[in-house]
Amino acid sequence: MPNTVYFFGTCLIDLLFPRTGLAAMRLLKRAGVRVIFPQGQTCCGQPAYNAGYRDEARRVARAQLDAFPAAVPVVVPSASCAGMLKVHYPLLLADTADAARADAFAGRVVELTDFLTRVLDVRLTDLGPPIRVAVHNSCSSRRELGVADATRDLLRRLARVDLVEPERAHECCGFGGTFAIKQPEISAAMAADKTSAIAATGAAVLVSQDCGCLMNLGGTFARRGGGPVIKHVAEFIWERTSHDE
Amino acid sequence: MTSEFRLAIGAALGRERVRTNIRKAMDGLVSKRAAAFPDADERERLRDQGEAIRGESVARLPELLEELERSCTRNGIQVHWAETGEDANRLVLDILRHAGATALLKGKSMVSEEMGLNEFLKHQGIEAVETDLGELIIQLAGEAPSHIIAPAIHKDRAEVAALFREHYPDEPPAERIEEMTALARRVMRKRFRGMTAGLSGVNFAVAETGTLCLVENEGNGRLCTTLPDLHIAVMGIEKVIARLDQVPPLLTLLTRSATGQPITTYVNFISGPRRPGEQDGPRAVHLILLDNGRSRIRLDPELSATLRCIRCAACMNHCPVYTRLGGHAYGTVYPGPIGSILEPQIHGLAERGEMAEASSLCGACAEVCPVRIPIPRLLNRLRFEAVNAQADSPTLGHGSRRLAGQAGLWRLWAWTCAHPRIYRTLTRLMTALRQLQPSRIKPWTDTREAPRIANQDLHRQARAAGFTDRL
Repeated sequence: MPNTVYFFGTCLIDLLFPRTGLAAMRLLKRAGVRVIFPQGQTCCGQPAYNAGYRDEARRVARAQLDAFPAAVPVVVPSASCAGMLKVHYPLLLADTADAARADAFAGRVVELTDFLTRVLDVRLTDLGPPIRVAVHNSCSSRRELGVADATRDLLRRLARVDLVEPERAHECCGFGGTFAIKQPEISAAMAADKTSAIAATGAAVLVSQDCGCLMNLGGTFARRGGGPVIKHVAEFIWERTSHDE
Repeated sequence: MTSEFRLAIGAALGRERVRTNIRKAMDGLVSKRAAAFPDADERERLRDQGEAIRGESVARLPELLEELERSCTRNGIQVHWAETGEDANRLVLDILRHAGATALLKGKSMVSEEMGLNEFLKHQGIEAVETDLGELIIQLAGEAPSHIIAPAIHKDRAEVAALFREHYPDEPPAERIEEMTALARRVMRKRFRGMTAGLSGVNFAVAETGTLCLVENEGNGRLCTTLPDLHIAVMGIEKVIARLDQVPPLLTLLTRSATGQPITTYVNFISGPRRPGEQDGPRAVHLILLDNGRSRIRLDPELSATLRCIRCAACMNHCPVYTRLGGHAYGTVYPGPIGSILEPQIHGLAERGEMAEASSLCGACAEVCPVRIPIPRLLNRLRFEAVNAQADSPTLGHGSRRLAGQAGLWRLWAWTCAHPRIYRTLTRLMTALRQLQPSRIKPWTDTREAPRIANQDLHRQARAAGFTDRL
């Protein structure tokens, strides 16, 4: 078991959901891991990469390689950003002077729920009341990293959590980064169907390991009214297992 | 600015009935495919095989095509080469004129759609008679296919019944499926009589033997290729495969991925015209090989994977975008994920580049592709090519979607994110000024609330909570 890890907070969490980032880091710390948060980290570069601006993405990618120099795991509370670091950095930086550095870095990147279950095998003591929780897995967690099962695995360690899976769980929520901006109509149609399926489960809370999906689904729920409380899985677990606010 | 494509998308999303029909049909195809591959290991082995076979086809395309031409010629099939759809149309016309045909029976062929053959023949006074039930339905409705293997999938039973009532007033009214198929059969059988020319597509063409493989479920395709004296087959050049022993894995991948069938009702292996002493079959068989940009697509080592496609449509059946829009919203011959990588390459990024943006890159397509085309990766590549202003790209229209303002913004963004101090100053500023965040951020807030900027960013919160910066 590694005793030290880097934490890559992601730009979305940095600016919009810092509580999630802090909760994830505290979970790791409580499991006995020393957590380093490099102040030099910014964004994984995925927005530019998926918009076709590869030179710009490369520039940002190099800055992240600089920010995480030591040979310790890089834990990421997002499968989408982890996928960018792990799968796409080696492609993006292939045939450049940074190719070897990108490969080595990619080998160290681990998605948070995967790390908590597979590597740390954390034990969780559920302090909360019985609750029904719906799980939404991001497409990156399913199809790019293959870590979707870790979310459920983790939540099953909470004794009083009743897990439900919405209909068409395998289908994308419609976020897709720049997709939500460039094709807002289809994105909204996908989010509408997804929120309906989630609402139908009657769950009190919706959790995911990706803040992008949660921002999309939470924003859609907030507009249509009703629906579950939206929480990143790290924040949900931290709140259920700790005594502080 | 709202593009034509986005207007079409908006309109498609508003057509509740079509959306319901498509979703229902796609759900059916998805579950049939799942049931057809009960053994995941076998499925993945087959997909490896499919990828390898089709990869060989693309890699060895020029020599395989020459071998195919030699084998076909040996079998008595006359081979023609067409650079463009227009060239292919001309070839069909010349062959028909030479045979004195005034009408053409058609089996289902997407390449003929790519050529715009029906429209072309109409202007030449030659009637194209679609015999595939789905194609017949949309021909009656004056529409284009909305799906590559199920062209009328957007229509429900009541709509088809109404079309039949309108176009076949002398026939007894048909409401039930069995009645409607029986009606179509009666009507079609009459049309087959006396026809002198038939046209079909090709699923695979075997280079070593000169065999054209063709799958279908209705039998009308086989009538098109056997009943008239003249059979014209049209195929995209990429459909060639090296050997006959490569057909079985590809066939089972195709039918299971497409409709969940272990094998189609009809599997045709056409290896030449009627031979002396034979009782039936066409007296002349022509094969038209259409390029239409495929040779150019092949030049790119990554994007050439597009040409592995065997047109099973599993990608669109599983696509969250296609299942909500249907094929017509794309306004192209090939819709859905395969269309979104193929059409921009055939017609250029200037004209069709937006298709590559109509994807959340969820990966559902690549997960089911029987020949493992990495569609999301190719979409990402096409997005890059669309704004790639460098001169050495073989992709048609590369750089055409680059806007100076947008490129400038991305440069500024990259500069900020590559300089942590500047990035931190910016996030500090944004959190300090969070009260000024607008409540409306279009188009996000058209259908959603916008998330609020936190009062303190994670960088500072982490530091305050005692998380160190370095080892």
